[in-house]
Amino acid sequence: MNPFEYAQPNTEAEAVALLAERGSTVLASGMDLMPLLRKSVVETERVVDISRVESLRGIEAVGGGVTIGVLSTLEDIACNPLLADYPSLKDVNEGIRAIQVQQNGTLGGDLCHLPNCWYFRSGYGLLGRENGKSLPEIGDNRYHAIFGNAGPAKFVSASRFAPALIAWGAKVRIAGPEPDAEKWLPLEEFYQTPKTERHGVTVLTPGQLLTHVWLPSAENKVSATYEVLEMEGLDWPLASAAATLELEAGRVRTATIVLGHVAPTPWFSLVAADVLVGQPVTPQLAQAAGEAAVSEATPLSENAYKVRLAQTSVKRALLKATNQLEGGL
Amino acid sequence: MSGSSKTPRSGPGFSRRSFLKGSGAAMAATAIVTGAEEALVADDNTVVSGPKEITLNVNGQDRKVTVEPRTSLLEVLRDQLGLTGSKDLQDIYVDGADTVMVDGKATYAGTTFALQVEGKPIRTVESLRDGRNLDPVVTGFVKHDGMQCGYCTPGFVVATRAFLDQNPSATLEEIQKGLGGNICRCGTYDGITKCALELAKGGA
Amino acid sequence: MVELKVEWKPRNENTVFNHPAVRTDGVDKASGFAKYSTDYTGNGSLHVRLLTARHAHAMIKTLNVRDAKRMDGVQEVYVFPFREPANGMLYEVQWEGEPIVAVAADTPAQAEAGVRAIEIAYYVLDHLVNDQYLEAATELGLTKPGRTAEEGEEGEVDKAISSAAVVHRGSYGIQAITHCCLEPHGSTCAWEGEDKLNVELSTQNVSGTGGQFAGPLGIDAANVTVHCDYIGGGFGSKFAADEWGLACAEIAKATKRPVQLHLDRPTELQIAGSRPSAFADVTVAANQDGTIVAWDSHHWGTDGIRGGTVTQVPYVIQPKLRRVRTTGLITNTGPARAWRAPNHPQACALTSTAIDDLAAALGMDPYDVFLKNLNLATGSQSKNPQEVYAEEMKVAEGLMDWKGKWKGRGQWDDNGWKRGLGMAIHTWGGRAGGGSCTIKVHQDGTVETFAGTQDLGTGTRTCIGQVVAESFGLPLSAVQVNIGSSKYPQSGASGGSTTIGGVSGPHRRAALDALGKIFDKVAAKYEVDAASLSAKDGKILNGENVVCTWQQAAGLVGPMGLEVMGEGPKDDGLTSDGVCGVQMVDLSVDTETGRVKINKYVAVQDIGTIVNHQLAKSQVLGAMIQCISYGLSEERIMDNASGRFLNANLRDYKLPRIGDIGELVVEFYEPDSQYNKGVVGLGEPPVISGGAAISNAVANAIGVRVPVLPLTPKRILDALANA
Repeated sequence: MNPFEYAQPNTEAEAVALLAERGSTVLASGMDLMPLLRKSVVETERVVDISRVESLRGIEAVGGGVTIGVLSTLEDIACNPLLADYPSLKDVNEGIRAIQVQQNGTLGGDLCHLPNCWYFRSGYGLLGRENGKSLPEIGDNRYHAIFGNAGPAKFVSASRFAPALIAWGAKVRIAGPEPDAEKWLPLEEFYQTPKTERHGVTVLTPGQLLTHVWLPSAENKVSATYEVLEMEGLDWPLASAAATLELEAGRVRTATIVLGHVAPTPWFSLVAADVLVGQPVTPQLAQAAGEAAVSEATPLSENAYKVRLAQTSVKRALLKATNQLEGGL
Repeated sequence: MSGSSKTPRSGPGFSRRSFLKGSGAAMAATAIVTGAEEALVADDNTVVSGPKEITLNVNGQDRKVTVEPRTSLLEVLRDQLGLTGSKDLQDIYVDGADTVMVDGKATYAGTTFALQVEGKPIRTVESLRDGRNLDPVVTGFVKHDGMQCGYCTPGFVVATRAFLDQNPSATLEEIQKGLGGNICRCGTYDGITKCALELAKGGA
Repeated sequence: MVELKVEWKPRNENTVFNHPAVRTDGVDKASGFAKYSTDYTGNGSLHVRLLTARHAHAMIKTLNVRDAKRMDGVQEVYVFPFREPANGMLYEVQWEGEPIVAVAADTPAQAEAGVRAIEIAYYVLDHLVNDQYLEAATELGLTKPGRTAEEGEEGEVDKAISSAAVVHRGSYGIQAITHCCLEPHGSTCAWEGEDKLNVELSTQNVSGTGGQFAGPLGIDAANVTVHCDYIGGGFGSKFAADEWGLACAEIAKATKRPVQLHLDRPTELQIAGSRPSAFADVTVAANQDGTIVAWDSHHWGTDGIRGGTVTQVPYVIQPKLRRVRTTGLITNTGPARAWRAPNHPQACALTSTAIDDLAAALGMDPYDVFLKNLNLATGSQSKNPQEVYAEEMKVAEGLMDWKGKWKGRGQWDDNGWKRGLGMAIHTWGGRAGGGSCTIKVHQDGTVETFAGTQDLGTGTRTCIGQVVAESFGLPLSAVQVNIGSSKYPQSGASGGSTTIGGVSGPHRRAALDALGKIFDKVAAKYEVDAASLSAKDGKILNGENVVCTWQQAAGLVGPMGLEVMGEGPKDDGLTSDGVCGVQMVDLSVDTETGRVKINKYVAVQDIGTIVNHQLAKSQVLGAMIQCISYGLSEERIMDNASGRFLNANLRDYKLPRIGDIGELVVEFYEPDSQYNKGVVGLGEPPVISGGAAISNAVANAIGVRVPVLPLTPKRILDALANA
């Protein structure tokens, strides 16, 4: 790891000022950043440890919804009563099976987690190119994208909370780069699919800091996330789906379905939502929604199985949200 | 992103000012600082470059160590303080053999910078043995033979200790979910499970 | 002088030996006080990071370490032999991860920065790293035809197959895995003066590695001390000093400082040992009653650039008419090293699976097909395999309730899951390794033992202590066991299940020798017949009568104490070899996700005389978990596009975690015939048949064979989609 300087700002404004200079990187818990630095996948001249910025902590009721500071740990999210009406978040928590990550991992760290693509992590860049060829395309793409992969990016978005948050209509607050600048974005607009190596996986520019996530009121909506994990322990999902449903007289009034780990960004499935609207959620309907969700999948050479996983995730998320998921599945 | 959602949704619907007001004490700090221009520039104490002597509170003692920004907590414990119970599997990712407690929380020392934990109480596996006084988790691992080569064991012991502190009457399922962040190659999970279950039943 | 008969005590007289006991070094291990090679930190020791080859096949065009030497904190830059281009000679890298340069610095981060300052350029050459596709390798000319072995008259195999009632043809495979020791390979080296070297080596071979340092370093073997109190996993990969061990010693010499050189995790996985892959096309034929009449197979795989493949196919069950063709693939992958039970897990995964499919084709319960063909178990190393397998199958059947639960393929729906049973059988030798030991009985009655052996996790210290304590009639805590130094009496390397037999024989012999000498002195002093004495509960008895305490007896040896040597192995019945074993798995498969959940996994194992049932059980449990690992998730993923080992880290190299194991049941088959057989090593046998049993259970559950282990969600869903 090359030497760098280490800054510990006490306020958002200080953090933003420190981040505005080129070559600065945000440090939350370090579980993602440290590996990236050690492998020189990320090079930095300054690490900005935001842990002293108190305003980034806390989960609070605001404007009919809930704001979550990016430094909230997974444990904070799991335990906070204000989030009790957002079970799809708890579902994500349940899948992250390590006390170390529960107690130290942060929401911001998850949302900004860089892709786990093994080519990216081996130093081939986000697009995984070597000698003009796309390694994910010609190489081993068993864990790569089945949607949104027509361009050069084939990796999958790493965030586990993003699908559930997006399905709830979450917005995120971004501070900087000017000292008092801030803006709110729908979380889905926070993510982007890079077209070249100059682009990142989020819209953040130097000097910007993700500070808070805001969730609208849960009202009477139901929700669930279903993740397919390869292993029972700490592992990354092969695919996931989050569903938030507004039910009226036993029928779906509105539905938002967001898949995770299947595309370079969290992936809306409008077609699946279409199948649901106006219908009561039954196992048959959930199955149909799952099938619709993957009808336009474009798997790569080695990952057709992920189409099935995505389909199953959608189906099971819907059944789980409506308390119909049976058996040990 | 395949277009935007059909679901109608409203934004937070309030100005920044009202956000700051409404978000309570934690946000107030932001308001104060953003209003104070002079605070925008970080003072020198908040930026470290190059080696620096700091004090870490390890196993109840203040210990002076010299660290660079890039120095990990694990490296300091093992190389400067001789606390080699926390193991380095030489991986860049997390594996659990380096688990310590920081502020009572189970923490991977290998992915934690030393500067992150300045001023926080750190406990390593060595603190679970004081002469003949053994933490019940240590005793339990021995009784149920939750070890073979022993290399992952200290980290597993600390993770189990932190887990039981948090979940003193954990179920089997909770144990399996809580301790999924530690890797053992020899295959000692059966004994570890029995140890954790017994302690959880007996009130760890 | 009285000579005590060399044998184990009658079973019912043991109080320490042949009993469960917690490991004597357990507290040290659990509390972090046990010191491993990596733990000799401080004392100004330097840290080393390696520059390794990032290509699977290449020539090193240029190598310039000048800038690395100037980096902050860098104390020494060591270039591995021949890597530097010289006189037009270029070094050919043959697999990713080959070490090229070692940079030693005051801190790990400085060493890492030093590595990055090295300039290196390659001529990149074509590579082959995929080993599953025989045709591709054949086209490239990268195969090494092995021999074709045929049992029976020419044409008989084909004739038997063409006239058999049922013929099954199938393809099977098992991917390469790596040893993935959690303590990476390496050492901490320190010199005393110019010519004495102390090595804290992570090794399975304490007694045998000193010379490997001495020769190349040009010093006397007598001047090398290899020390290893604890080793963080070996599994067959840590027998040698290795070139990185020599590099460590050279750097320590050049810098006159202690040096730690342990492989980083990717390199550990890439180069420090792998288990060869194996794939096969199998034809197996049987009569309608399930009697196997012929076997015909072609198998291939890779052990790296050498182009070797596995042996032992067909495994255990050897039809009288059989033809076996082998082909090795020459691949640019890290070289194989012995992995627990070399060849056996792969051979079992290619054989027991085919037999299970044959049973399905016959419409029979595979339990009955295995039972029916035990007379063909000539591939077993057990002396009476037919009888032992049959007994063990009966025990396993009872523990699993196999007959009660078993259903035909795809027939068992369980709460949304498909459920199934699978079994397989295995064998191993496990003869005691060579070695010696010293036992010292001090005048105050304390006892010390010395042997240049090691503890891989088996519990070597504890087992030695039990053997000696039982011999002297003392509690386990009364024996101080010393192992892990090359200055102690030489003891064999720990590999091939040779350790516990290898140490228990010599220690028992030495202890009986010492006891005889003590009895002589007791007989003289107390005027009793030495031949009628025994040692029990800390006392010396004459029949039922207490003659004196152990301390009083020891007091008779004089101030110098009594020191005796023991050797082994000997054919005196203390140790033996040749075991069987049966494993059965009950699992569930989620056919919509391809996830497998182990419900219950039963292992029945004979192992002769058991020294310590608790530690033996731990070893079997560990082996079962390793079977779950290579059965469901663990594999080396080689990418032909980049030539790289894509998952060479602990996140992507998927080892099971605490929630992945299910209910594990271990049962030792230990009737008196086994107790009286002698001690046999246990490391290998239980790790053999679990993979095949898991594969068979999945086939039973979903009705489709998933041909290649590990059975990941991808492979299971792909197999279901192709069915």
